[in-house]
Amino acid sequence: MAKVIEGLFYAESHEYVRVEGEYGYIGITDYAQSQLGNVVYVDMPEVDDEVTAGEEFGAVESVKAASDLFSPVSGTVVEINEALEEQPELVNADAFENWIIKVKLSDPSELDNLLDAKAYEAICE
Amino acid sequence: MNNVYYGKLVFELSKPGRVGYSLPKSEISGYCISEMPDVLKRQSKTILPECDELTVVRHYTNMSNNNFGVDTGFYPLGSCTMKYNPKLNEELCALPGFNRHPSTPVEYVQGSLKVYDEVQRTLAEISGLSRFTLNPYAGAHGELTGLMVIKAYHQQRGDEARTKIIVPNSAHGTNPASAAVAGFKVVEVKSLPDGTVDVEDLKPLLGPDVAGMMMTNPNTLGIFERNIPVIARLVHDCGGLMYYDGANLNPMLGVCRPGDMGFDVMHINLHKTFSTPHGGGGPGSGPVGVRKGLEHLLPNPQVEKKSDGTYDLHCDEKSLGCISSFLSNFTVIIRAYAYLLSMGKENIPMAGKLSVLNANYIKECLRSHYLLPIEGLCKHEFVFDGLRPEYGGDHHDPAHVTTLDVAKRLLDYGFHAPTIYFPLLFHEALMIEPTETESKDTLDDFIAVMKRIAEEARDNSEMVRTAPHDTPIRRLDDVKAVKEPKFTFKNL
Amino acid sequence: MYKYFPHTTDDIQQMLDVIGVKSLDDLYAEVPEELKLKRELDIPSEKSEIEVRRIIGGLAAQNKPLVCFAGSGSYDHYTPSVVPFLASRSEFSTSYTPYQAEISQGTLQYIFEYQTMMADLTGMDLSNASMYDGSTATAEAMLMCVANAKKRNKVLISATCNPQVLRVVETYAHYHGVELVKVPAADGVMDKAVAQELIEKDDVAGLIVSQPNYYGIVEDFTGLADLCHAHKALFAVNSVASSLGVLRTPGEWGADIACGDAQSLGIPMNYGGPYIGYLCTKNELVRKMPGRLVGATTDAEGRRAFVLTMQAREQHIRREKATSNICTAQGFMCLFVASYLSLMGEKGLREVNEQSYAGAHYLHDALLKTGKFEDAFGPKPFLCEFTVRVKGDAAELRKALAEKGFLLGVETEGMPGCLTIAVTEMRSKEEIDSLISNI
Repeated sequence: MAKVIEGLFYAESHEYVRVEGEYGYIGITDYAQSQLGNVVYVDMPEVDDEVTAGEEFGAVESVKAASDLFSPVSGTVVEINEALEEQPELVNADAFENWIIKVKLSDPSELDNLLDAKAYEAICE
Repeated sequence: MNNVYYGKLVFELSKPGRVGYSLPKSEISGYCISEMPDVLKRQSKTILPECDELTVVRHYTNMSNNNFGVDTGFYPLGSCTMKYNPKLNEELCALPGFNRHPSTPVEYVQGSLKVYDEVQRTLAEISGLSRFTLNPYAGAHGELTGLMVIKAYHQQRGDEARTKIIVPNSAHGTNPASAAVAGFKVVEVKSLPDGTVDVEDLKPLLGPDVAGMMMTNPNTLGIFERNIPVIARLVHDCGGLMYYDGANLNPMLGVCRPGDMGFDVMHINLHKTFSTPHGGGGPGSGPVGVRKGLEHLLPNPQVEKKSDGTYDLHCDEKSLGCISSFLSNFTVIIRAYAYLLSMGKENIPMAGKLSVLNANYIKECLRSHYLLPIEGLCKHEFVFDGLRPEYGGDHHDPAHVTTLDVAKRLLDYGFHAPTIYFPLLFHEALMIEPTETESKDTLDDFIAVMKRIAEEARDNSEMVRTAPHDTPIRRLDDVKAVKEPKFTFKNL
Repeated sequence: MYKYFPHTTDDIQQMLDVIGVKSLDDLYAEVPEELKLKRELDIPSEKSEIEVRRIIGGLAAQNKPLVCFAGSGSYDHYTPSVVPFLASRSEFSTSYTPYQAEISQGTLQYIFEYQTMMADLTGMDLSNASMYDGSTATAEAMLMCVANAKKRNKVLISATCNPQVLRVVETYAHYHGVELVKVPAADGVMDKAVAQELIEKDDVAGLIVSQPNYYGIVEDFTGLADLCHAHKALFAVNSVASSLGVLRTPGEWGADIACGDAQSLGIPMNYGGPYIGYLCTKNELVRKMPGRLVGATTDAEGRRAFVLTMQAREQHIRREKATSNICTAQGFMCLFVASYLSLMGEKGLREVNEQSYAGAHYLHDALLKTGKFEDAFGPKPFLCEFTVRVKGDAAELRKALAEKGFLLGVETEGMPGCLTIAVTEMRSKEEIDSLISNI
C-alpha cells in the first residue's frame, strides 16, 4: 500500500505540494514512484523559471517509461533539489522527503483546487 | 546462433604491428599531408585497433553467432513484419553496375532511374494513390515527409491556422514524434473498447485548426477500422488531410487500398511489406505517396519519365524541399523491385491473406492460455493482454508472471519474442505478428511452446520469472546501464 | 503455392477450420465491400528467378561506367572484400533493432564498437547509431541546439556547407519553426567576422560549420568554440568522416556536436544510399541526443554485456515530447563502418588520406598547368577535393569528358564555370594522367 501523508495538497496527476509559508515544495507521491519503478533521471526546470498550475514542468524517467510532471500550483522556481541530479533513486527511497522543486507561490488560492490526503488516497485505490 | 557467449570487443584483439588491409604502392610522390598547417591537423592518436584479416573475420563471425535473425528462427515481432528476405534480392542489389556516384549525369544511370520509376509506379497502383517519392530513408522519415506534404499543402493555400495533427492513442510513437518534428501540435483521439477510433471523441476535435489525421489501418491492435469512410469524410469536411501510416499495410495488399479508403498521403515501409532486410534496425526505406493534386509537393528531386522513354531528374519549385542528400536508400529500392517483380500480381495479394490466416490461427489456438482483450477477426497481428489469471497472469497479484517474463522464456525455446508493452492501451500487451512466410508447422511449434510457458507460469513460476536460462547471456541490468552510462570502450 | 509461401492446401483448410471461416476471403468479412478492390492489381505477373535476374541485370548493365573524380558528399573509397562479406551474414542482416538483448549481442556489440570508433574519430564523448545520412544528421544537430537552448530559436549555419546539407537543414528548420541564418562565405571560407557579430547578439542557439567545406577547403575554426560558449551557443562541426583520421577533430576544435556522413568509411557509393550519418556529442548533452544508444552493463551472472539504453528519450516512450522521431538503428551500416575501421586501423585510414591527398594535389597542379583552369579562390589548404574555375564552358567540358569515360567532379553550385573535383586512393596515376591527356 502506497504511503499518503496528512497535511499535504495532492494533484490527480500524482504530484504533491508541501506548503511552508509562501513557498511550496513539489514532488511526486509515493504511489507515483511505486508505479514508475526505478527512477533513473529527473528532468527539472531551472531556478527562476515560472511554473503554471496544471502545466508541465519536467519529467521523471524510469528505464522503460517516462512520466511528465505537472505543477499543482503556479509560481516561480526558487530552488531545485540538486541531490536528484546525481541520485534520482532518492525519489524511490522516500518520495515525500525528496521533493523536486521549491516554488514561491503566486496564487495560494490554487491550493483549494487540490485534493487532501483522504481524497487522494481514494483515487489511488 | 549458438549459446556460447563471445562478448569480446575488437579493441581487445588489437596488437601493434598487425595490418588488415592492402593498398597499392603510391606512384605519386612529392605531396604529403604534413605540408598542411599544423593547426588543421589531428593532434591525437586514434583508438582504432590493429588486426589482421582473419582476426577481424573471426571476430564478427563469432559475434553473429550470438545474434538471432529471421534466417535463424521465428520472429513474431508485432508491428515489424519480419518476413523472409529473399536471397536473390541481395545478389541483384550488389551488382557493380548499380554502384554509381550519385552525381553521375542521368544519361549514364538510366538503368537505376528506371528501377526507381518502376518501383514508384508499382507502389502507386498497390496503394491506390497517384505518385510516390522513394527518397525518405525510413518509416519515421516517411511520416515526417508526409506531414511536411500536409503542411506545405495548407501553407500554399494560405491557410496558416492549421496547427494540429490528430493521432489515435493507440498509434506508434513515431506518429506523434514526427508530427512534433514537423512543427505540429499533437491531439490524441481515444479508442473504443474494441480498439478502434472513437468517432464521437473525434468529432469535437475537428475544426479549422486541424491540418490532418494520422491513422494506420488495420490499427496497432490488428483491428480493421471499419469506420474509416466516416472518419475520412469528417476530416476532409473540416479541411484536413488523411495520413496513412503504412506500417500495417501487409494484410491489405491487393484487398483494400489506402487510396480507396480515403487517405491522401501515406508512407510504406519497404523493409516490412516488401521484404527488404531489417539490418539490425536499418537502413530502411519509407516511400511516400500522395493522391492526385498533391504530386508537386513531394520532395526534390523527383525521377521523371519523359515522352521518349528516357528518365530525368526534376525539381519542382512548389515542392516541400529536400529531405535527403541524394535519391533514396537506392540498394533497398532495388531489393524491393526484385521482390515486386518476383511476386507479381498473383502473389502480392496472397501475401496479405496468408499473413491474416497465420495471425488468426495463432490467436484462436492460444486464447485458452492468454487473455484476448478484443474479439473478432484480426488482420496480420493481434494483441494479448498477458497470461490468463488461471495461468499466473493476474496483474493485481504482485507475484504475477509478466509479459516480460513470458517474452524472455520464449528465447529459451529458440523463438524471438513478440513486441511487448505496446500498444499502451493494455497493461501486459503481447503483440504477435507471424507474417505469411511462416509455415503451419512453425506456428504449431510456437503455439505448443506458448502453452507450455503458460503451464510453467502456473506450476513453476520461478522458472519463467528468471528466464532466459539458455541464451548466450542472462537478463541484463538495464537500470545500471542508464545510471552508470558507458557508451564507448574508453568508459569500460 | 509460390516459393515464399510454405502453406499447403491442406494446411490452409485446417487453419481456416480452427478459425471458423470458410475461405481466405472470409478473413476480411468486416472490411466494407465498397472499400475492396474488385479487380486484379495492374502490375506485371510473377516471374522466375532467371527472368528477374535477366531484367535487373540488364538495367545494371545500362548504367555506363565512368571513372569517378567526383565527391561532394559521396566518395569512391576502397571497400575491403571482408566488409560486405561480413555484413552479408544473415544473423546480422535479417535481425531487427536489438530489443531482446539476450539474443542480440552481435548487433549490440558491433554498434558499441561503432559508437567507440566514431566518438574517437570525432574527439567527442559519445556517438549514437541512428542517423540516415550526413544531411539529416546535421538537421538533427540543429534540432539539438534548439532543444538545448530552450529559449533560443535561431541557429547559424555556414554557407560553405555542402548545398545538399544546407537544403535538408533548411527543410527541417522551415517545418519545425527554427530560424536558420546562413553565415556568408568570404573567399571560399566562412566569414568569421559575420559569425562573431551574429553570435554576440546573444540570441543564437548554435553555430554549424563544415570541414572540409563544400569547396574542399580545410577551414581554420580557431576561436569559434570559445566565442560560442561565451554566448551560450553550441558549436557543431560537420565533417567527412574519413578525413577525421588526419584533420583536426571537432573535439579538438572545441565542438559540442560533431555530425556528418560516414559513407567515406567503407560504404559503396550505391547511387546515393544507403549511407550512415553520424552524430556525436559530449556527455552533458546525452539527453538532447536523438536516436539509439547502446551501453555496457552486466547480466544476471555479472558478465559484461550490451543493451539499448537511455530509451526514455525516444519516440516509443516520449511520443511527441521525444528528442526526435528517429526509430532507425542504422545497424547494417554501423557494421560496415566498424568492420572497415577494424581492418584499416589508424595506419590504413592515414594511408587512404595520404594517397587521396597526393592524387588530388597531383591532379590539381596538373590541371592548372594546362592553363585551362585556375583556383576558384586562390591557393587554399585542401585534402582530397578542390574547386577550380574552367576557362571555358565547365558544363561542356564535363559532358565531353563523360563521353570519354570520366566523371569530372560536380558543377559547383553558386559558382558558375567552376567544378569541384575529388580524388581518392582508388584512382591510379595512370587514370589521372589519362584524364589530363583528354582535357
